[in-house]
Amino acid sequence: MARLLSAVDEVRAFTGTADVIDVQARTVGGLIAELERRFPGLGAHVQQRMAIAIDGEIHQDALAEPIGPDSEVVLIPRIGGG
Amino acid sequence: MNDATHAANATGLKVVGQRPIRPDGADKVTGRAVFGADVHLPGMLIGRVKRSPHAHARILRIDTSAARALPGVKAVVTSDDFPRVGSEALEQGEGSATLVDVADNCLARGKVLYAGHAVAAVAAVSSEIAERALDLITVEYEVLPHVIDVEAAMAPDAPLLNERLFTAGVTPRPTTPSNIAQKTVVARGDVAKGFAAAEVVHEGRYVTVPVHQGYIEPHACVAWAGADGQHQIWCSSQGHFAVRAMCAKVLGLELRDIRVYPAEIGGGFGGKTTVYLEPVALALSRQCGRPVRMVMSREEVFLASGPTSGGVVEVRLGAMKDGTIVAAEVTLKFQAGAFPGSPVGAGSMAALACYAIEHAVVTGYDVVCNRPKVAAYRAPGAPIAAFGVESAIDELAVILGMDPIDLRIRNAVKPGMKAVYGASFREIAFVETLQAIQAHPQYRAPLGPNQGRGVAAGFWFNIGGESSAAVHVDEDGGATVITSNPDIGGSRASMAMMAAETLGLPIERVRATIADTTAIGFSALTGGSRVTFATGMAVVQAAQRVVQDLKRRAALTWECEADQVEWRDGAAYCTDASKEVAPLSLRDLASRSARTGGPISAEVSLNAQGAGPGFGVHVCDVEVDPETGRTTVLRYTAAQDVGRAIHPAYVEGQLQGGVAQGIGWALNEEYVYDAKGVLQNPGFLDYRMPVASDLPMIDTILIESAPNPRHPYGAKGVGEVPIVPPLAAVANAVQRATGVRMRALPISPPRLLAALDGEG
Repeated sequence: MARLLSAVDEVRAFTGTADVIDVQARTVGGLIAELERRFPGLGAHVQQRMAIAIDGEIHQDALAEPIGPDSEVVLIPRIGGG
Repeated sequence: MNDATHAANATGLKVVGQRPIRPDGADKVTGRAVFGADVHLPGMLIGRVKRSPHAHARILRIDTSAARALPGVKAVVTSDDFPRVGSEALEQGEGSATLVDVADNCLARGKVLYAGHAVAAVAAVSSEIAERALDLITVEYEVLPHVIDVEAAMAPDAPLLNERLFTAGVTPRPTTPSNIAQKTVVARGDVAKGFAAAEVVHEGRYVTVPVHQGYIEPHACVAWAGADGQHQIWCSSQGHFAVRAMCAKVLGLELRDIRVYPAEIGGGFGGKTTVYLEPVALALSRQCGRPVRMVMSREEVFLASGPTSGGVVEVRLGAMKDGTIVAAEVTLKFQAGAFPGSPVGAGSMAALACYAIEHAVVTGYDVVCNRPKVAAYRAPGAPIAAFGVESAIDELAVILGMDPIDLRIRNAVKPGMKAVYGASFREIAFVETLQAIQAHPQYRAPLGPNQGRGVAAGFWFNIGGESSAAVHVDEDGGATVITSNPDIGGSRASMAMMAAETLGLPIERVRATIADTTAIGFSALTGGSRVTFATGMAVVQAAQRVVQDLKRRAALTWECEADQVEWRDGAAYCTDASKEVAPLSLRDLASRSARTGGPISAEVSLNAQGAGPGFGVHVCDVEVDPETGRTTVLRYTAAQDVGRAIHPAYVEGQLQGGVAQGIGWALNEEYVYDAKGVLQNPGFLDYRMPVASDLPMIDTILIESAPNPRHPYGAKGVGEVPIVPPLAAVANAVQRATGVRMRALPISPPRLLAALDGEG
């Protein structure tokens, strides 16, 4: 079971106060679906507004990216740049 | 050859890491390069924009009838000629923007929100007639109170820019509108507990002002609406696919009906990730059927195109006497300009990213005010945050009596550690970068009277994203690389080099070019330091596919299996000892491609993931003239964790350019407004940017000990990190030179003189 973390308030707005959530998902797409099921609106928010760091590697718009059973998954706001 | 999947740790590279002559250099220094303003078409008209003289006003009426009646005027547009659009988010580099805000920034609807806001545009047969037509357009305004300063805009009684703007990120949702568009919080640990345990607590308030990207080439475009509904745009931008998307959405057109050609670009630094002129020019052209060229004057660039935010940064640090920082609290208040979307989110995550601090909270505010809407600028948000944090850490080093680099090394993040924003770091070399500066001769060079030395560190995430690339093998055995990212920082060179390395060709036999929106697949913006990483990945994969095809063709020729063919140094070798065959070079295979299946080419589109972050550490030596307050930068060295440098000279140039811009930000650049909110210095004479004679040779150190394993040659983004440390590095040096801590930028001669005289 992967461990989902977040340090940003925009996630807490959906999860209450939980900063650590255990999730059953094998891909980013599966993760988003589970988040949407457990915290309505969060999955869509993640898909549109957030990046996902899997074991330290940052991904954006990567639904097929695999998530290992012991992965650390972190939700962070999307990053652009100049 | 180099089956390049292994290449992050590859040795023996023949092209990557070399310094070939830049392919665009001759055209640029001889004036042959074609920029957005250089396109001339038959029957072309000149477009001009009428701008608001007021910082904040309601538009009561616009009368264009006299302008339309002027002979030679062919089209006049206002926001009434744009369809009403929704609030969907648009890609614009760092910071967010909605479609309706982009449209309203191109042509104001209902209100003007800054002096210089566009209200109407004309197209005429000459610039003189266009200017006269602008004078004939009458706009009736109801002038409203305005607000320029960020903290004044946050006040409950501040003039409201948008009565429908309610602060997001606050629970419960506010019931009254505000200029604070969003509040963000990044937090971990228990900050109160951390500060309670701290043996030393230091705090400070630091202020930066908005600064412009200062690209040499003003915004420019030519738009031509075809009678058959097919439209064409030539423009200088950081992403012609993004220009196509924004024009289509602002004007209610289909993407397929707009073809955008990328012109050469004379600098962008994030500022050309949005549109100002292109939808207006296309609207004018659609009205009259003739091509319309629009070019901003320098004054217009300052008045109406995005600077980066100014900000207030409040920092509180708690540390143990050995230098371990145990708690940090940072508040960022960023100006977004006329519409929401400052880079405060990225600034919040970057603020403390260099350091392993157990208890930390960063609170950010995105605030609208009556200035032009901000646009991205290298590492958006991070330099502002770093100015506060790196200044405070320098002050902490003084309090603790520690060497400022030793203090940073004690707290530096390392592989496996978690950033304050939550994610764990992987391949990073921050400590090595700090040590490189500490070991550099500049760090021990003697200093004279009125001289001081400052250090500062910086971080940027870097990104990947969607990119497309094609590799075509020419009949003579050369190759052409085609991508769809405008070359703003040397990407044609790096793309050609990565293709040459993968194909086993000398760089002289590979050319790179940039195709228009109909000629190759989509690529996201040239920004976020993503092109060498993401588009480079597409180029290498396309070249690898070409190599596989070449091996197949060689096997066909030799009547052996493809796995019995090896590709190295640009030629196929048969490993089947029973066949006595000479190697087949790429030239051999290309010349007979018709016999083995036709032209040799491959195209790859991908969404690159796993961009590695970068760290920079800078040391700056200054001398301050105590009689004038002028600060002279004597020596400057920048070290950076770059993964692997594909073309080291370009990487060094990125570092030097970022430093030069950061020094200008630190010492001189600022917007000066009068009491009515009108910009008083919209030109390079009065908006002081550093020129070559202001700067010393900027030394660079490229740290290549942590290549990015996701990239075939180990590349990380390099273009953004180098503008993050200079603001604090300069301020820290000034403090060591004078004993005066400058907590507000710019450290211009009159401000520093006042501080030296005890007035600041």
